[in-house]
Amino acid sequence: MTITSTRAGDPAHQAGDALSAGFGSHWSVRLEPLLASGRKAGADLVEVFLERTDHLGVLAEQDRVTSVSPAFGLGAGIRVFLGSRDGFVSTNDLSDQGLQSALEQALGMLGLQIEALGRSGGGVGFDGLPSLRDHASSKISWLAACPDLAEASSKLLEGTARLERHGHHLQVRRGSYSRDWQEVLVAASDGTFARDIRLHQSLGLNVLAADGDHRASLGRRYGTTDSPDDLRRWDADASALEICDSAATMLYADYVEAGQMPAVLANRFGGVIFHEACGHLLETTQVERGTTPFADKVGEAIAHEAVTAIDEGLSSGAFGSLSMDDEGMEPQRTVLIENGILKRFLSDRAGEQRTGHARTGSGRRQSHGFAAASRMRNTYIAAGPHTPDQLIASVDRGLYCKSMGGGSVGPTGQFNFAVDEAFLIENGQLSRPVKGATLIGEAKEVMPRISMCANDLELAAGFCGSVSGSIFVTVGQPHIKVDSITVGGR
Amino acid sequence: MSISQLNAEALRQSLEQLARRHGIQQWDLGASCSDDTSVQVDRGEAKQMKAAQRSAITVRAWNADGLVGITSTSDLSAEGLERALVGASEASAFGNPDDSPAFSPLATAALQPLEQPLHEPVNILKLLDTLKDAERDLLGRHEAIETVPYNGLAQRRSQRLYLNSDGAARQQAMTTASLYLYARAEQSGRKPRSAGAVRLAYGAGYLDIAGCIDEAAERTISHLDYAPITTGRYTCVFSPEAFLDLIGAFSSLFNARAVLDGVSLSRRESLGQPLASPFLNLHDNGLHPGNIGASSFDGEGTPTQRLTLLEGGVLRQFLHSEATARAFGVAPTGHAGMGAKVSVGPDYFEVEPAGSTTASGGAAGLDHRRHQGPLVLIDSLSALHAGVKASQGSFSLPFDGWLMDGGQRISIEAATVAGDIRSVLNDLIGFEGPAKVTPDGVCPHVWVEGLSITGEA
Repeated sequence: MTITSTRAGDPAHQAGDALSAGFGSHWSVRLEPLLASGRKAGADLVEVFLERTDHLGVLAEQDRVTSVSPAFGLGAGIRVFLGSRDGFVSTNDLSDQGLQSALEQALGMLGLQIEALGRSGGGVGFDGLPSLRDHASSKISWLAACPDLAEASSKLLEGTARLERHGHHLQVRRGSYSRDWQEVLVAASDGTFARDIRLHQSLGLNVLAADGDHRASLGRRYGTTDSPDDLRRWDADASALEICDSAATMLYADYVEAGQMPAVLANRFGGVIFHEACGHLLETTQVERGTTPFADKVGEAIAHEAVTAIDEGLSSGAFGSLSMDDEGMEPQRTVLIENGILKRFLSDRAGEQRTGHARTGSGRRQSHGFAAASRMRNTYIAAGPHTPDQLIASVDRGLYCKSMGGGSVGPTGQFNFAVDEAFLIENGQLSRPVKGATLIGEAKEVMPRISMCANDLELAAGFCGSVSGSIFVTVGQPHIKVDSITVGGR
Repeated sequence: MSISQLNAEALRQSLEQLARRHGIQQWDLGASCSDDTSVQVDRGEAKQMKAAQRSAITVRAWNADGLVGITSTSDLSAEGLERALVGASEASAFGNPDDSPAFSPLATAALQPLEQPLHEPVNILKLLDTLKDAERDLLGRHEAIETVPYNGLAQRRSQRLYLNSDGAARQQAMTTASLYLYARAEQSGRKPRSAGAVRLAYGAGYLDIAGCIDEAAERTISHLDYAPITTGRYTCVFSPEAFLDLIGAFSSLFNARAVLDGVSLSRRESLGQPLASPFLNLHDNGLHPGNIGASSFDGEGTPTQRLTLLEGGVLRQFLHSEATARAFGVAPTGHAGMGAKVSVGPDYFEVEPAGSTTASGGAAGLDHRRHQGPLVLIDSLSALHAGVKASQGSFSLPFDGWLMDGGQRISIEAATVAGDIRSVLNDLIGFEGPAKVTPDGVCPHVWVEGLSITGEA
């Protein structure tokens, strides 16, 4: 029930009082009866996810701040498992009444009914919550330590000014900053009781260059996690210079000629190819749906022997790193593919239950409004023995993809992604710039064609949208060579 | 399902008290709440059942210099409301003096009535049974259809309102429901194929479930017999859904905010100039009865209306918020969001031939089923978020479709279509068949001359 009354004694008012102290161990008093009653009602497992958020978005255009958009929120997601089924309810009402109502609704979805709530923590198969596993205790000051609105605005305007200094024919200069602070608490009837604070900051620069009929729009996004000083350390000049160089190159580029050809994909955001072409297909959500061609391929070769691929949540400062996943589990370093052989899938609580693949600390969700699902974190192809020049020199005629746009993968494993900045390779050398390319293919076919990996692995921040919403991720790779891929163009 | 309620009068009183306490003279507020339930199934079993109670408010406050700030929250407690108002007031110090929104002059104008019946929610277990039945029916349509990996039956009861300190008060409540079925089919030795269908209604009991199953089955089966296509230029026929997706991806052509920001291909002086083939009309009409879940007012309280964008291929009007309308010297059109910088977006496109005679609508008698010579029927476009460069006008998009030739059709294995939106709009050959009402707009099949198709042959 959503209440807009502001009367004293209002349940939402009470929740607001309780929230002023954050999600500390004191919440066990309120959550234990819920978990116990859910178990008594017959649920195999009850999980409560609580969330507080604080967001700041700033947009600068040309030499003005044109939009400031603060937001804050709170909510809970309650998930109940019974056999292979589950029911999930989310709410913005964190009062006792609101949480109980959500639990009753989730139980009702599974044909279960709640008994009268007791205040004791015990229940059938539930012995109360242990001490809080608090990943947040060292992070309490992070929000206050972030740049305030004035500092963030000033830094962004420095970025758009640098674009003006370095650019030519720039019709639009934009800088955007986003700060997402999130405090989460996970409590489950299996004894999970953990808290974390996450901080993600991202910064984007975009330009539109125009000269007569020639146009080029380019952007770069930078992002880190758990680093309040990140924006202060940003080298606006270097970023602006990089984008302006690319814009100047692409402004007069011809459209790419379509066809099948070898391609060399640059490092950093080039890793979107693995993310889309293979990474999603190694999530247990895809195994559950029957939409991955790799479901029964563990131990078999699914990629060229040059390919080793990893997903982890541990790299310091990386956008997809986390102290615990959204089911309270600490993340792992998961080797997905080793020398072409499929080793593991990424799994969450439901994935483990439904597919048998052990959890990997990959249960992630955008917010309390989504049930967690198996999702990628920092995902990349490992470095190989070659230099980038060796990869390019090995191609007689093909495409060098310097900068990637977004992409997606469909239910049959067909993937696609856009190339924002590309060059033709002719006789082993980079030649003229081309634009308008889209790469498409099938995961099963393209993975064996990644035949060379360079020694320059780098990561890049990104966002991934899927069944449990939009989450912060890292993609990455060294320069790689794909022996043949379909390049869509004109 | 519980029923969320927004108490407009309580919200107004709270805002007025808080504004007085903090010395804020001008404010407005947009609020929404919803109760959702949804189910998914997997081969006869419940996969997930979900419910959500959501609430959100966005508050804007103007300072003494006329600059605006904004804050959003899902916390509708008294503390949350106060924090949002104070936050908006503080943010107003960073308002843009060159482009500050004001109240819409139409925020108290009469609204067009919408026929939106309210229906009681269906029990979630009943939803589950309905979806299980639908999945079973779809799986039984062809032996190659092994799963329906993406499916969902959902219903929503929602309410939204707009209030401002000048006394404007808008409120709208509605119920909606949706069904989607996306099937995956695979035959021995062949690649898996997939396709789906969607239906919307004002209540779960009113969904065209049989039609959704029929369409998902027919489309999925039609892609089983596939072959690669040779790269080249082809005459293309866009399905209504595909053409509406393409127009939507390039809606910055008609967006006054994008024009002012310099990211649209259109300019102020483009009004009155030809943009498309002379036999194309394009309207935005959020009030169309096919627009399930239509809003009767926009984020600034301006009434939704039907707006002519292209008439005989000539650009007639842009979509506006209050601020962009003021900049252009026209009235707001009801296409605004709510923000410190207000976004502008379309509601529901109507694509139609210009004029009433056959000749004025382009080539007559077009029929892709009887056409002699190869043409590509584009059924659905993918990856519009990645493959469209709206500010450049270019696109390169994967699609599902068929190669048609002399009455024969064969599904295209994997391909992209690429081009420039201005060329597409000017190279229209004509329209085929009656306009189809879709969730995103109304449109007939649209024929376009010579687009670049990249295949794997």
